[in-house]
Amino acid sequence: MKEDTIIALATPPGIGAISIIRISGPDSLIQTDKLFKGKNKISNSDSHRIHYGNIVDSTGNHIDDVLVSVFRAPNSYTGEDSVEISTHGNPLIAQKIIGEFIKSGKIRLAEPGEFTKRAFLNNKIDLSQAEAVADIIHARSEASLRGARNQLDGLLSKKVGKLRESLINATSFIELELDFAEEDIEFVNTEELLKRIDEIIIEIDSLLETYNVGRVIRDGVNVALVGKPNVGKSSILNYLLKESRSIVSDIPGTTRDIIREEISIDGILFRLFDTAGLRESSNPVEEEGIKRSREALRNADIVLFIEDTQQGIARDLLEEVLNISSGDKIVRVLNKIDLGEKNNYDADIKVSAKTGAGMSNLLKVLVQKAIGTDYYTEKTAVVTNLRHYTCLKKARESLLNARDSVIKKVSGEFISVDLRNASLNLGEIIGEVTTDDILNNIFMKFCIGK
Amino acid sequence: MVKKYDIIVVGGGHAGIEAASAGARMGCSVGLFTMDKNALGRMSCNPAIGGTAKGHLVREIDALGGEMGKIADRSGIQFRMLNKSKGPAVWSPRSQNDRKLYTLEASKIVNNIPNLEIVEESVVEVIVERNKIFGVRTALDNEYGCNALILSSGTFLNGLMHTGLKSVRGGRFGEQPAIGITESLTKIGFEAGRLKTGTPPRLRKDSINWDVLEEQPGDENPKPFSHFTNESNFPFLPQLSCYITYTDQSVHKTLEKGFNQSPLFTGLIKGVGPRYCPSIEDKIVRFADKERHQLFLEPEGLDSDLIYLNGFSTSLPEEIQEEALHKIRGLENVEMIRPGYAVEYDFFPPHQVDLTLETKLVEGLYFAGQINGTSGYEEAAAQGIVAGINAALKIQNRPEFVLKRSEAYIGVLIDDLVSKSTDEPYRMFTSRAEHRLLLRPDNADRRLFKYGYEFGLIPKEVYEEYKQREILIQSGIDFCSNNKISFKAVNEFLSEKGLPLVESSETISKICKRPEIKLKEILDLNGFDSEIIENLLNNEKALEQVEIELKYEGYIKRQFETIEKLERYEDVKIPLTLNYFNIKQLSTEGREKLNRFRPRSIGQASRISGVTPSDISVLLIYLKS
Repeated sequence: MKEDTIIALATPPGIGAISIIRISGPDSLIQTDKLFKGKNKISNSDSHRIHYGNIVDSTGNHIDDVLVSVFRAPNSYTGEDSVEISTHGNPLIAQKIIGEFIKSGKIRLAEPGEFTKRAFLNNKIDLSQAEAVADIIHARSEASLRGARNQLDGLLSKKVGKLRESLINATSFIELELDFAEEDIEFVNTEELLKRIDEIIIEIDSLLETYNVGRVIRDGVNVALVGKPNVGKSSILNYLLKESRSIVSDIPGTTRDIIREEISIDGILFRLFDTAGLRESSNPVEEEGIKRSREALRNADIVLFIEDTQQGIARDLLEEVLNISSGDKIVRVLNKIDLGEKNNYDADIKVSAKTGAGMSNLLKVLVQKAIGTDYYTEKTAVVTNLRHYTCLKKARESLLNARDSVIKKVSGEFISVDLRNASLNLGEIIGEVTTDDILNNIFMKFCIGK
Repeated sequence: MVKKYDIIVVGGGHAGIEAASAGARMGCSVGLFTMDKNALGRMSCNPAIGGTAKGHLVREIDALGGEMGKIADRSGIQFRMLNKSKGPAVWSPRSQNDRKLYTLEASKIVNNIPNLEIVEESVVEVIVERNKIFGVRTALDNEYGCNALILSSGTFLNGLMHTGLKSVRGGRFGEQPAIGITESLTKIGFEAGRLKTGTPPRLRKDSINWDVLEEQPGDENPKPFSHFTNESNFPFLPQLSCYITYTDQSVHKTLEKGFNQSPLFTGLIKGVGPRYCPSIEDKIVRFADKERHQLFLEPEGLDSDLIYLNGFSTSLPEEIQEEALHKIRGLENVEMIRPGYAVEYDFFPPHQVDLTLETKLVEGLYFAGQINGTSGYEEAAAQGIVAGINAALKIQNRPEFVLKRSEAYIGVLIDDLVSKSTDEPYRMFTSRAEHRLLLRPDNADRRLFKYGYEFGLIPKEVYEEYKQREILIQSGIDFCSNNKISFKAVNEFLSEKGLPLVESSETISKICKRPEIKLKEILDLNGFDSEIIENLLNNEKALEQVEIELKYEGYIKRQFETIEKLERYEDVKIPLTLNYFNIKQLSTEGREKLNRFRPRSIGQASRISGVTPSDISVLLIYLKS
């Protein structure tokens, strides 16, 4: 039995001190070398060694400083050649790294429980644990079934189901001509076939575009609230907590991080960080607070820069924020408009946390800013899962191959190879496509048989 | 007991002939039981062999050392390569055959095999002892013993023929049904089902107005089915044309008058018919907006007075059939010699057999052909040869013979039957083969000669010649992939043909990928000075293979990649005795399906509908523990 190489996040998703990405299978070491820049080559490394270096993307851009641990078969968790990459504890970093590995085409995302399954199959886990492993796989597939019934996944599978149907229709036309050449039937012409393939590609493209939205929906958005003392950060924060339909959690600030609250607006998770101050200080306690504030700002996807109508324009603070974060992330909020404006403020939104004026607009701007578009509604099918994204990408690639074959006017059986591969890939999202589907479609739609 | 054979084959149709001759050629004593020894290899339905995907099967049977291709070549009165405008993977050889000569040639072969005896008796009971085959009892109350029994009884098991509301017992026009076999099998636990198939009316040749019909001649340079047929004096017989006509609305209206007496629509027929070969009344109902249906008039033989009306299969009352025929262009005065009829027969849903075609319930009992729910001569013959080979291998204590889906259409056929079962007559289509580009009629020898030779069904000298050719093919491919054509020579050639020029010198392989260019043309451009090329130019078969492999390299590579992915779990075996009810983590549906199908490998299990990927993971874990 030949296994392929798989990858997944091994630590729980979310923000922690570190994230660990696990890769297992014959290509683990070689593929890690392609993205790892360090003193030593991973593929030359002995087992049970840790290497420090950088992970870069395919164009050479730095993603994160990492530690790579090497485990050679059979002395690894799964019993196969394995690599564990420790990154900083930001889910976006881990996601990006995993994405880069999958881009290579040599590594795929692991199924639920797959590392454990391999560990078992390679005799790394005691026999008495067999049942437990099976239970896990069973439970996870049940959970993903339940998950598939939730609204977001439901919309996606409905959409992919439709695409698969049009793909089967297109494939049927080709198969019809191959298997029933003798029949008195009008076969599909090149233009018609191209049109059908193009339609499917366009649909897939629009799904792929939603992945960013989907990523935001899945991973959540970090929002930092910045402002001088007494501009009303807390009252805005409290207002948001009250207004958002549900409070996801109420994590008190700890010494390790400064997450204040998680709220959900339109199904999107926002993590609100209240920053203390940004200026250097000699007070060691304050210094720690400043350090964390700066970090929150660095990791923020959106910065709510808050001023009020009563104080002057906070130019110096804005400059400092711009040093750490980028301008396109900043939303300038002017609070206390109920008291009247004293200066000519350059604000994106004017609100009063006290009266609630303008606050609904703030919610809207947060959502728009988060997903980078105003196209999204709760009825839009959205790709949230990297595995689904990869399947769609592969389907698209196969369709481009098929398209190429149609243009070159090669015979249908060659076009069919790629159309079927595209169906297989879509099938992996929602359930398998078999040749029976194609034949059934032919029998249903065409009068066949001498 | 009258006599004991190594292998008994019940039924002398297309499956029975292949099973009996393969078994006997492999050294077993074989008794071929038939109710009529003049009916060996009789074509019950259309007088034709091959066609899309079916022609592929014939080539494969032939490459394993089977008989069908040879018989079809000797009795062929028209040969056509279908799909010639497409790529080589779907070119499909098809022949019209002289029905009488086909039977004659089949008899000649079967009668000339030592160790093969034809027994003209009707089998009425299968005798099983302790889940092992013991023998058969015939209508004369004779008992015959055997180590392996192959049932290939076609449409004869409790056969019932319908024309209108009249039903007659029988397996084929004018022939008795086989009674008793089904009952003796269901008694010991087999599950039986009922299928239906149909045949069109037969017409008198001289009563047809041929002048108004569209002619469809055979190919000018026909190619034989068999790897062993000498092409120099092929075809052996005079060649005839087929003719085409169409139904119209008035024909449909006439047929509709008989719908209230249709055994199909009134529920008299219980069996399920094939969707790809519907009766004319079915077509009219299901595709009401289609104004006409195409009909083929096929000759039944060189000196036969009969014409087979392909496309007009029906079980409507005789007088309605005749009235409708007279409304068809060219058939205004036609004489209907025999009406069309539907036939219902017993089959055993094929999840009850293993990939060797041995039943899971009774050791030494094999099913082949329509008894497994297939339709078609070629599908039957393919199963026949696999059952015959496996019966002999088992008797000789040799490892079993199972073809993979990526190796042959025969592998696809049997895996589909066993892993998916069927509730309608199963016909092969090229679209069923996910590895279609590799399973071509032109490379059947390259895929299967090794097995035929191993079983002693392919002569040594043919095999040796093939092996030499294979070496030439490989070195030819290597040469063409590694050697460049001079820039000047190739551009001269390209500009002569009016094709776009190349910018730098390219490998032969790359130039050959252009659809307008034949490999031979490039190799004919001088200057290669290579023995390989010289040999290649003198070996048409090898040249063809090199050309196909080079031209479609990219696609073929992609197919191989898919195979690797799909066949990952093919070698992980599951014991037949596994108790799926003890595995509580399986999904309910998965557990039931697995228990019903009892797959032999994880790969096979994954193709059963209703078995989920997580079921497969759970199974993998249980197999380990």
